[in-house]
Amino acid sequence: MVIDDSSAMRLILGRIMRSLGFDVVEAPNGAEAIARLQSGAMPEIALVDWNMPVMDGLAFVNAVRREEKWRQITLMMVTTESEQSQIVRALAAGAHEYVIKPFTPDAIADKLALLGVLAY
Amino acid sequence: MTITAGAFTFVSDLLQQHAAIVLSPGKEYLVESRLMPLARQIGLDDVGALVARLQSRPDDALRRQIVEAMTTNETSFFRDRDPFNAFSQAILPDLCKERSATHRLNVWSAACSSGQEPYSIAMSIVDHPLMTPDWQVEVLATDLNEEMLERARQARYSQLEVNRGLPVAMLVRHFERAETDWRVVPAVRGIVRFKQLNLAEAFDIPQMDVIFLRNVLIYFRPSTKVEVLKRVRRILRPDGYLFLGGAETTLGLDDAFERVMVGSTTAYRHKGARPMQMPSRLSAAVAGAGLSALPRPGSTLGPTPGSAVRGVASASHPPPPVGWPFQASTNNSISSQGRR
Ligand SMILES: C[S@@+](CC[C@H](N)C(=O)[O-])C[C@H]1O[C@@H](n2cnc3c(N)ncnc32)[C@H](O)[C@@H]1O
Repeated sequence: MVIDDSSAMRLILGRIMRSLGFDVVEAPNGAEAIARLQSGAMPEIALVDWNMPVMDGLAFVNAVRREEKWRQITLMMVTTESEQSQIVRALAAGAHEYVIKPFTPDAIADKLALLGVLAY
Repeated sequence: MTITAGAFTFVSDLLQQHAAIVLSPGKEYLVESRLMPLARQIGLDDVGALVARLQSRPDDALRRQIVEAMTTNETSFFRDRDPFNAFSQAILPDLCKERSATHRLNVWSAACSSGQEPYSIAMSIVDHPLMTPDWQVEVLATDLNEEMLERARQARYSQLEVNRGLPVAMLVRHFERAETDWRVVPAVRGIVRFKQLNLAEAFDIPQMDVIFLRNVLIYFRPSTKVEVLKRVRRILRPDGYLFLGGAETTLGLDDAFERVMVGSTTAYRHKGARPMQMPSRLSAAVAGAGLSALPRPGSTLGPTPGSAVRGVASASHPPPPVGWPFQASTNNSISSQGRR
């Protein structure tokens, strides 16, 4: 699942994920992503932007982590937020990994491998 | 425009002589693309003029710059992941037990490039619960390339570099912001020592417990590989471990080494070395994630190696270890937020 309010960014990330063999569902903000999950989507991994309208990425991570049934979803922030304290906040909330924009496609693949979501 | 055959031969002889690096015919484009920036930098029009300048009079500094510009320095943190997992989950526990009398550990990163490899090793050591502060640890990091060594000493990495291969938990634990870059913290930098060293020449360094000689033999011709492996073997302690790059081997080059599987990766040891105490299974998850199952490094009582590794293995695709990156921090109010 690719969650980002920028359609250009969704396009880029969607393309990268598809090239790595994933089926991709998109959402423009945290609230819509939650709606998708509630209607039964069960992604292996969610790539989550931070700054989005309606519900931001951090709130999304918190919401997902409150639900036992979503525990298996791996959460990776993909954001321009680059302050150490922000990264720490996202991890404390339950994000597994964190990619700071700008990134290369390799960086996404590398992180997925680190997470064991993608074979090396 | 490509360089002349004469200039190409000159550069390839230079590389062979001063770095043992083989430049196969057909690599003219590589010489062009790598030396052009250097030519421009010193105000010359093209690579031909650069080569002509060195041919016209001996100039050690220029020669060194040309050789360095021709080396391939591609690297990343925790490159290929598995060797580092094997190092922290199996080899460190094994050596900790064996070296409990001396509490000394020496690791060598033998072609360290811009430093990602030795710092990955150092982070693994600093994070390891068995590596208590009374251990004397040194990671010796060497490379032919002075410019790379200088970068490595700076320990400063761009956002793009830290995005690659480095678990974010390690980033927040072991780096600090330096403008838009990230710098390795002193606690990790402090156990790494850098030194210029040409693997193709005789070298004098202390005995090593673990040697990372990764992605450098590939540049050498077979006879050089044989010599380098022989010298490296003399440096490796009788029960030590050697890691090579994924495309490298000792097979057919040095029969005094034997291959051992450590988890899903290959290491090399002296033939007949004492058996290693191998954990039943290694976690496929990366070092940083694997560490989530390990107790806080600060805690005085470490687990037995076996139990630590089993603990890691059982969480092969772990659900979110909430709060785990803080296990190494002293902020208990945060680290106690974990879901356990
Ligand atoms: C591709 S990098 C490998 C870095 C790291 N070991 C890794 O696996 O990511 C190869 C390094 O070998 C160094 N090198 C090449 N020839 C060498 C020699 N004769 N002696 C020592 N280092 C050499 C280069 O300067 C370069 O930094």
